[in-house]
Amino acid sequence: MSFYEGLLFYLLAATAVLPGVMILFSRDIVHAAFWLLASLAGVAGLYLYLGADFLGFTQVMIYIGGIMILIIFGLMVTHKQKISLSQLAQKRLLVPAVITGGIILTALLYVINKTTWKPTASEEMEPTSADIGYLLMSDYLLPFEIASIVLLVGLVGGVYIARRKEREA
Amino acid sequence: MHVQFANIVVFCVVGALFVILNVSVVSRILRPTVRDPEKYETYECGEPAIGSAWIRFDMRFYTIALVFVIFAVEVAFMYPWALVFKQLSAVGPFVFIEMVVFLLILAVGFIYAWAKGDLEWVRSIASQRGGPEGRSGSNPGNQTDSSERKNAA
Repeated sequence: MSFYEGLLFYLLAATAVLPGVMILFSRDIVHAAFWLLASLAGVAGLYLYLGADFLGFTQVMIYIGGIMILIIFGLMVTHKQKISLSQLAQKRLLVPAVITGGIILTALLYVINKTTWKPTASEEMEPTSADIGYLLMSDYLLPFEIASIVLLVGLVGGVYIARRKEREA
Repeated sequence: MHVQFANIVVFCVVGALFVILNVSVVSRILRPTVRDPEKYETYECGEPAIGSAWIRFDMRFYTIALVFVIFAVEVAFMYPWALVFKQLSAVGPFVFIEMVVFLLILAVGFIYAWAKGDLEWVRSIASQRGGPEGRSGSNPGNQTDSSERKNAA
């Protein structure tokens, strides 16, 4: 790993991790949502760094472009006025929060310990999108078409639930 | 090694520098400083803003966003397909038909949402309110009730 590659990696990793920390420390849920945006952008950069261009661009298009819009719109349609996070964070939530955090931390540490970290960076990494295209059109044609059915189910179900909520409101 | 995406890094760096330099350095040097309370209005030359922006927006925004995300995922699937389309279409029309099938399945969902009226923007105002007050609301994006506005103001 040359110096510039290392520099780039640490810059991207910092872009992914530091906004993640800021999510925890922001007092406003909308600010947290925007920090999540920055964090996702950093993860997309890391994907591109590893040569996974399809994954990286999908991350940008779907997570940053789509899921974040859903999250922010979700905040817009659910909140009547500004709600500070310190109001929501009550003492009685401490025990469940510690339990949940502990479980996630244990799972992550387990995975980190189990993984054998082999350096693969010496290999030349080519863009993967075209290979994914060939595979989708040959071996994975059925999963490809099933994916559209999954999307159809998601679309119809989501629209239906949103419509019911609208009537109740 | 990462030569393919080096131009993206260059774009990001130059783009970020362009914005940061222009907003914080160049504009500070060039602009005249006029302190006026009007300058701090939300719309300096427009309507005076009434109440808070933290209102509950209408559910229709969410429906539109939902449809948008589904079709964003669809476009993500089209991207690797488009890269190999030229080579594979030389073999036969199957690669085109496969994508048409994919799109048609999703079109069913779009037609469903459209036919059920989930994408219509003005519909809910008439059906939800019905009163003369409701019909006078010409801007469907602004869903603040008049009572809510008074409270906020």
